[in-house]
Amino acid sequence: MLEMKDVSSAYGRAHILYDLSLSANRGEVVVLLGRNGAGKSTTLKTLIGLVRPLAGEISFDGRRIERLEPYEIARLGLGYVPEERRIFTDLSVMDNLEVGRQAPRTGAPRWTPEKLFELFPNLADMRERRGAHISGGEQQMLTIARTLMGNPSAILLDEPSEGLAPVIVEQMARTILELKQEGLCVLLSEQNLHFANLVADRAYIIEKGHIRYQGTMTELAANAQVRATYLSV
Amino acid sequence: MNVLNVAKLSKAFGGVQAVCDVSFSLASGELLALIGPNGAGKTTCFNLLNGQIAADSGSAEFEGRSLIGLKPRQIWRLGVGRTFQITATFSSMSVRENVQTALLNFHGRLNSLVSLAARQYLDEAMELLARVGIAEQAGRPCAVLAYGDLKRVELAIALANRPRLLLMDEPTAGMAPPERVALMQLTAELARASGIAVLFTEHDMDVVFAHADRILVLNRGRLIAEGKPAEVRANREVQEVYLGSGSLFGAAHA
Amino acid sequence: MSLSAIFVQLLNGLASASSLFLVAAGLSLIFGVTRIVNFAHGSLYMLGVYTAYSLVKTFGGGILGFWGAVLAAGLIVGVFGALVERLLLRRLYRAPELLQLLATFALVLIIRDFALWAWGPEDLLGPRAPGLDGAVGIAGRRVPEYDLLLIALGPVVLGLLWLLLTRTRWGTLVRAATEDREMAGALGVNQSWLFTSVFALGAFLAGLGGAIQIPREPAVLTMDLSILADVFVVVVVGGMGSIPGAFLAAVIIGVLKAMCIGIGNVSAFGIDFSFSKLTLVVEFIVMAVVLVIRPWGLLGRSQGIPRGAASVEPPLHLPSPALLKGFAAALLALALLPLVSDRYTLVLLTDILVFALFAVSLHFIMGPAGMHSFGHAAYFGLGAYAAALLFKHALPMELALLLAPFAAGLGALAFGWFCVRLSGVYLAMLTLAFAQIAWSVVYQWDAFTGGSNGLVGVWPAQWLAGKTAFYYLALALCAGGILILWRILYSPFGYALRAGRDSPLRADAIGIDVRRQQWLGFALAGLFAGLAGAVYAFSKGSISPDSLSIPRSVDGLVMVLMGGIQTLTGAVAGAAVFTWLQDTISRQTEFWRALLGGIILFLVLVFPQGIAGFLRERWEARAGGSKG
Repeated sequence: MLEMKDVSSAYGRAHILYDLSLSANRGEVVVLLGRNGAGKSTTLKTLIGLVRPLAGEISFDGRRIERLEPYEIARLGLGYVPEERRIFTDLSVMDNLEVGRQAPRTGAPRWTPEKLFELFPNLADMRERRGAHISGGEQQMLTIARTLMGNPSAILLDEPSEGLAPVIVEQMARTILELKQEGLCVLLSEQNLHFANLVADRAYIIEKGHIRYQGTMTELAANAQVRATYLSV
Repeated sequence: MNVLNVAKLSKAFGGVQAVCDVSFSLASGELLALIGPNGAGKTTCFNLLNGQIAADSGSAEFEGRSLIGLKPRQIWRLGVGRTFQITATFSSMSVRENVQTALLNFHGRLNSLVSLAARQYLDEAMELLARVGIAEQAGRPCAVLAYGDLKRVELAIALANRPRLLLMDEPTAGMAPPERVALMQLTAELARASGIAVLFTEHDMDVVFAHADRILVLNRGRLIAEGKPAEVRANREVQEVYLGSGSLFGAAHA
Repeated sequence: MSLSAIFVQLLNGLASASSLFLVAAGLSLIFGVTRIVNFAHGSLYMLGVYTAYSLVKTFGGGILGFWGAVLAAGLIVGVFGALVERLLLRRLYRAPELLQLLATFALVLIIRDFALWAWGPEDLLGPRAPGLDGAVGIAGRRVPEYDLLLIALGPVVLGLLWLLLTRTRWGTLVRAATEDREMAGALGVNQSWLFTSVFALGAFLAGLGGAIQIPREPAVLTMDLSILADVFVVVVVGGMGSIPGAFLAAVIIGVLKAMCIGIGNVSAFGIDFSFSKLTLVVEFIVMAVVLVIRPWGLLGRSQGIPRGAASVEPPLHLPSPALLKGFAAALLALALLPLVSDRYTLVLLTDILVFALFAVSLHFIMGPAGMHSFGHAAYFGLGAYAAALLFKHALPMELALLLAPFAAGLGALAFGWFCVRLSGVYLAMLTLAFAQIAWSVVYQWDAFTGGSNGLVGVWPAQWLAGKTAFYYLALALCAGGILILWRILYSPFGYALRAGRDSPLRADAIGIDVRRQQWLGFALAGLFAGLAGAVYAFSKGSISPDSLSIPRSVDGLVMVLMGGIQTLTGAVAGAAVFTWLQDTISRQTEFWRALLGGIILFLVLVFPQGIAGFLRERWEARAGGSKG
């Protein structure tokens, strides 16, 4: 469903990708593991078009997207949830959802605010509250809900567990599994191996812009050497 | 000896009690973790201590001197160092110059228009960088450093005023797990060796349970638990509002 | 003044507030979404006035003709704004913010000359509004009907804008893009279309704001910059990005100005005081007061640092021995030049030296200190006037030259106290507003400053009277000043300035009083700008209010940005090229402004990093290429 082939990309001087190839399928949760600065965020930003690749091919749902603008990619049904909870703090919860709204598409689950409030019950009580006035955990939920309003068939999550209380992270894990149940393709970047273990089917390990390892979570769990080399655990 | 004594500290924003009657103390050489759900008041509590915002009521005394109403730079003068959740360094300077700038101010020489800043306090800066383990990066611009190394630069800058109290806001945020452990290990060693008291907020429970001597748990602005890691971990209320089932951190330190 | 007279002035003030509000709301909207401070906004207003004037002539003066013309003028300017956005600004969204600013200023120059070409230099007074050309009796006074209509128009537009922004999807998207446009794009919002529509709306409001003024105000070629200063004040007082704030501020300022005119001359305790002369300054006083009490404006909110805005500046290395040798060689060459060059070249070189110091002093606060000043000419002009006045009051020329920079420094100390309370675009607008105050004081105070004629007969002492002698004086003072400013950047004080720019949060946390450092830096830059101004005054033998006008401030910006703000030497290169260019083309054509604007646009599009930045990039690419 989502595929990168030999993609090279640069975001500033420090964040560079070299000949990166990866893929993720419908109904699958794939995790990018790696240290800070390894290139996880740059990979996701390149997929959504915020960083223009220097070389290589990216395809999504059978279409080439590496030359498209972010909004065009988003309109094809690829959702992006940034790190650091970039909600619109001046806008109400409902207005945040409105910004993400797109026409429903075939082959992807269809979301309405009401259906999202079932997934994120906390948000239901604060529809008119300004984004600035909800807690960090609720903001993280809102960034995901907002992206789902675009009825995506695949979703990119940049470090969804970062800076959240463990109890919220557990909730996040349940949400991701529910999205998988709905048939979404989920690609997330993560540093927290515990969290990756809870949600992911497959993993790629990135280091200094190169993919160093790929395999199922079970294979990774069995490969102590890879974990020691790239994740130091 | 207690370095920091906080009593009944409170702060409200527009009717919402962000921090309410928080009291605790901190001894030199001790690592105290402040944990709690997002929005529990940890950041507010921190900003009350570092002078970013003013408390409504209550007291906070550092070495017997009240911090209430002081500006951040005055608090720094008293001997309090800080690091930030998102690294804040001087990107147009080299690593060494970052530390030199802090040293210049510590020695009261920052207003000179004449001397060459890059030649001042070189040895002292290098010594600080060596202590945090990044002496070999001294000449590089901060902008090109790996994130984990930037955190170390911040630590070196924070040590420039020879602090007796370090305030660290999510010191390991954005770092890979092994780097987190290494950074807190380093902080703990420095703190114990120099008798620096450390107050830090953190979401990584592996880090907290491995390095904190004591833990404070905030929820909705109030202190709901305080104690040794094992006690806090066993606390039912803390599990419910914050820790969850425990599937997200290792069992090794239990 | 009687109560009824006050009431009439109040209505008059409210009427002018409407137009001001429309223009300010447009500026605020455009800035919110595109992050461009549109210098050409005043020019769009001016286009609205002129276009409406011509259209009324064409359509005839009937009710339909008049209002059709006013509306059509707004729409034409709106379409023009959309075209400008699509054809020009679009290419610059990835360029540094200041270059976008430069591009909009180039538009100011081009539009000004276009208006000169199309409508001529004479003031044009439009017809009265048909059907509303009478007056109504209120409280025993006659109030023009047209004013009453304008008074109603402001709140109506405010209401419509509010509905548009809060009740439509378009408005929600605009508010979202204002906060984080990159994120909005990643959520499927077509920014390109959004930007164009916002620009068109903003331009329409500016054009309409101008068009409705034709029965009240003549069309004048200088109205572009004068309204711009007013609008900056309104936006800053109201709070950037707050449409209701802009309305409130427009009302306060419109009314206060009208009151000052209404009060006229008052004599109390035997002192005559002219309130009407206060009109030019009163809005700035309001602004100063508001900013001290509420730094983010009446209804504005404290602005976080916009995402991705903090550019990472390259490290400042000590100059290499080779570079120092290069500098020495350049100085030597400059010192030997009088032996081979003619009188004309010497005069031009003296100008270049003066403006090089001016540009370097501006770079000093804009680059390393991170304070963008749109009004640096104030200190250049203060230095020039101080020199001229001291000289006129019987001080020897040498002493006048020596003391003048300190006068400018004191001015910068006073204005800077307010400016450093703000940051980013607010600070920039405030500097411009202060420069405008200084200009209006100089312009109006005939008895002391010579008013619009300026002061003449400011000649250097006998031993400096020759062009060559004066050239050496300029070389010594300007090159000396430049070297001192550069040297300061390597001192601890220079590091403190950069620390405050790179990370105010961290600077504060290591005990640096950022505001104080910035204040001193600001004053220091003002001092050296004053030195440049003083040398300038004696080199020309006369001085006029032009020396502290907005265009002069912008000249400085162009020099710094053309040279490249990230390099120390850039300002010097920019000053040299710009001064030479201006001198050359102003002798070629009457429409030299448009030509200059065209050249600036060309440079901005081709060298987005500035000339020196471009050369350095090429140099680094070559060095990198040869390495591997």
